[in-house]
Amino acid sequence: MSDVLRFMTCGSVDDGKSTLIGRLLYDTRAVLVDTLEGVRHASERRGLSRIDLSLLTDGLIAEREQGITIDVAYRYFSTGRRNFIIADAPGHEQYTRNMVTAASTAELAVLMVDVRQGLTTQTRRHALLCELMGIPHLVIAVNKMDLVGYDPEPFAAVQAAFETFAAQAQLRADRRYLPISALEGEMVVERGERMPWYQGPTLLEVLESVPSAHTGKAESFRFPVQWVCRPQAADDPTLHDYRGYAGMVTSGSVAVGDAVTVLPAGLTTTVQAIELGGQPLTAARAGQSVMLRLQDDLDVSRGDMIVRSDEPMPAVTRALVADLAWLANGPLDPRRVYGLRQTTREVKAKIEAIAYRWDVATMRRADVDTLTANDIGRVRVKLSAPIVAERYEEDRALGAFILFDPATGDTVAGGVIREWA
Amino acid sequence: MSETTMTRTHQTATEPQLWDDETLDWLEAEAIYILREVAAQFQRPALLFSGGKDSVCLLRLAEKAFRPARFPFPLVHIDTGHNYPEVIAFRDARAEELGERLIVRSVEDSIRRGTVRLAHPLESRNRHQSVTLLEAIEEFGFDCLIGGARRDEEKARAKERVFSLRDEFGQWDPKAQRPELWNLYNGHTRPGWHVRAFPISNWTELDVWRYIARERLALPSIYFAHERPCVRRGRLLAPVTPLTPPKEGEVVEPVWVRFRTVGDMTCTAPVESRATTVEAIIRETAETMISERGATRLDDQTHEASMEQRKREGYF
Ligand SMILES: Nc1nc2c(ncn2[C@@H]2O[C@H](COP(=O)(O)OP(=O)(O)OP(=O)(O)O)[C@@H](O)[C@H]2O)c(=O)[nH]1
Ligand SMILES: [Mg+2]
Repeated sequence: MSDVLRFMTCGSVDDGKSTLIGRLLYDTRAVLVDTLEGVRHASERRGLSRIDLSLLTDGLIAEREQGITIDVAYRYFSTGRRNFIIADAPGHEQYTRNMVTAASTAELAVLMVDVRQGLTTQTRRHALLCELMGIPHLVIAVNKMDLVGYDPEPFAAVQAAFETFAAQAQLRADRRYLPISALEGEMVVERGERMPWYQGPTLLEVLESVPSAHTGKAESFRFPVQWVCRPQAADDPTLHDYRGYAGMVTSGSVAVGDAVTVLPAGLTTTVQAIELGGQPLTAARAGQSVMLRLQDDLDVSRGDMIVRSDEPMPAVTRALVADLAWLANGPLDPRRVYGLRQTTREVKAKIEAIAYRWDVATMRRADVDTLTANDIGRVRVKLSAPIVAERYEEDRALGAFILFDPATGDTVAGGVIREWA
Repeated sequence: MSETTMTRTHQTATEPQLWDDETLDWLEAEAIYILREVAAQFQRPALLFSGGKDSVCLLRLAEKAFRPARFPFPLVHIDTGHNYPEVIAFRDARAEELGERLIVRSVEDSIRRGTVRLAHPLESRNRHQSVTLLEAIEEFGFDCLIGGARRDEEKARAKERVFSLRDEFGQWDPKAQRPELWNLYNGHTRPGWHVRAFPISNWTELDVWRYIARERLALPSIYFAHERPCVRRGRLLAPVTPLTPPKEGEVVEPVWVRFRTVGDMTCTAPVESRATTVEAIIRETAETMISERGATRLDDQTHEASMEQRKREGYF
């Protein structure tokens, strides 16, 4: 697909995430003059002597009052080499759910560390959440180098500490370390002159060159049915028997004439036509939203999955082993029935057992009876009906789910599938 | 459709490519996916169609999402009564051409009912749309409204979810947004609440213009450069209309302008331009140093957080 890279900033509160995004936008001249004027005024009103670049993304009243980020800001910029969608996430623990929101669609995370503070519990939590969400690239940006005289020693110390942690946590993302000053703009877009000892790329050079990974590793054709199209137009008899299955191809590709299987039922047929907006296509591939028409009149509805019969079948299961990021303020209640949404399918779910919770401070597995806000834990889930599943590390589309509270509708957890029974 | 309300001017084969098909395909597929999620998850959705460029894109996306069926929702417009006549004519013509149902509810009626009270007769009705919109939501029992807002428009919008919750009063609570993971958009709500869904959240102004060019979409004529009497107010140009007469001492002059956004006459400013084609507009947009709202909103200038406050009150 196109060269769009989605990346996020994360890390502890006040480590300079929003300032970094502001700096990146400012130095790539992606800030329009009136926006800049607005930020300059807002800075002056706050009695600042220089323009506070974090105000470019901290746009809510409450954020500006408190000087922190509360929710993710999305910004867009392009360097000619690449288009970027940036998500500036909050560092504050209370808003971890918003950080997870940003992480779920990011392909790269810039994890900020204040060089004076080193790794904090929140730094580790965010690193673990990036790992949980399967973000393939991690850039550890050691910030505020200006406050330690651009000295290589404390930078090296942070790098060593993070490597120790990464080994302990078995992080799989590739890791790059960058000394920067978001405030002064060193090593962000410009190299600057204060850190000649650092030979690696600037942040922008990294962002422009890492491979993007929209679809991940999955290669087999997967098509969750979103919506069934039955025009039944009285004035057009040719449409009387029309039945189209609308959805987005999450991986692989399909062509007219291919033999397909509809899961979980296991019915088979062939692809009669592929359309978009009523126009015929000969094939469809990952990332495309299309309409499929099948040779036989089968019972297919939203939540079913169409796959190619000549490719490996995904699992059909009613019992999952999964890692959860618990996001609600209230705790997980194992007696309750939750709603579970995976691809376009919704079923009921009960948490049968909590195997452990990651203790972020000690990096040990803790025995617990429940999960509370911002916890990450391994659970066993029983489902009211089968879902069509893959492991998250193999397939980000089929391996991801959310849990919601049926009483309020609120999303209470994000989950990734590790195994099934 | 009459030629006066529409302008069709498009790229010829000899010009260099003004858009990147892959980026547009990616944005389009995402938007179609979101529209279909709305259709599948809600009982009574509606699509807000103003005749403006963003909602024109939404209609094309809906065609791609749902044809050969009719749209699984009606089009809704909240008319302030202060819209440009070209835009209203375009709105009606486009709905008819598509064969889709258009529901219009007007702020005028809310004023008559007494639910909207104006401070003075020529006050901008932009803010008051929220009241009429909420009345329409109640009248038709809408549980989801599809809008063409984009995150690149404004700093509060930059924070909003694709499925954004509104309580019984239509209020947005920016401090308590739901997590929104992957593309698993959650449409479950409490009774009386509704969702605003934004399929083109991730599009920029330039993406919109490129899509209009690629898809050869027709637009109201006021999007293209034309001569119009205006007065200068600070950095902005204010159009002179019966509703927006010049203030004392202001000099009225004819200026070549186009609108970057078409809204209520009392608060939408045009920009100086000679761009009479979509392609010329794309080139101008790529070079501009002023944001869409900064260049065009007479009402956003007043306060650092105008948009957030309006959104909290139920604005789109
Ligand atoms: N000296 C110095 N100060 C910095 C640097 N980067 C950020 N700061 C300051 O650190 C403070 C916090 O910066 P923000 O960018 O708001 O931090 P954040 O990580 O976005 O904070 P949250 O989003 O609330 O977690 C501000 O006062 C910044 O000016 C830097 O490189 N050097
Ligand atoms: Mg921040």
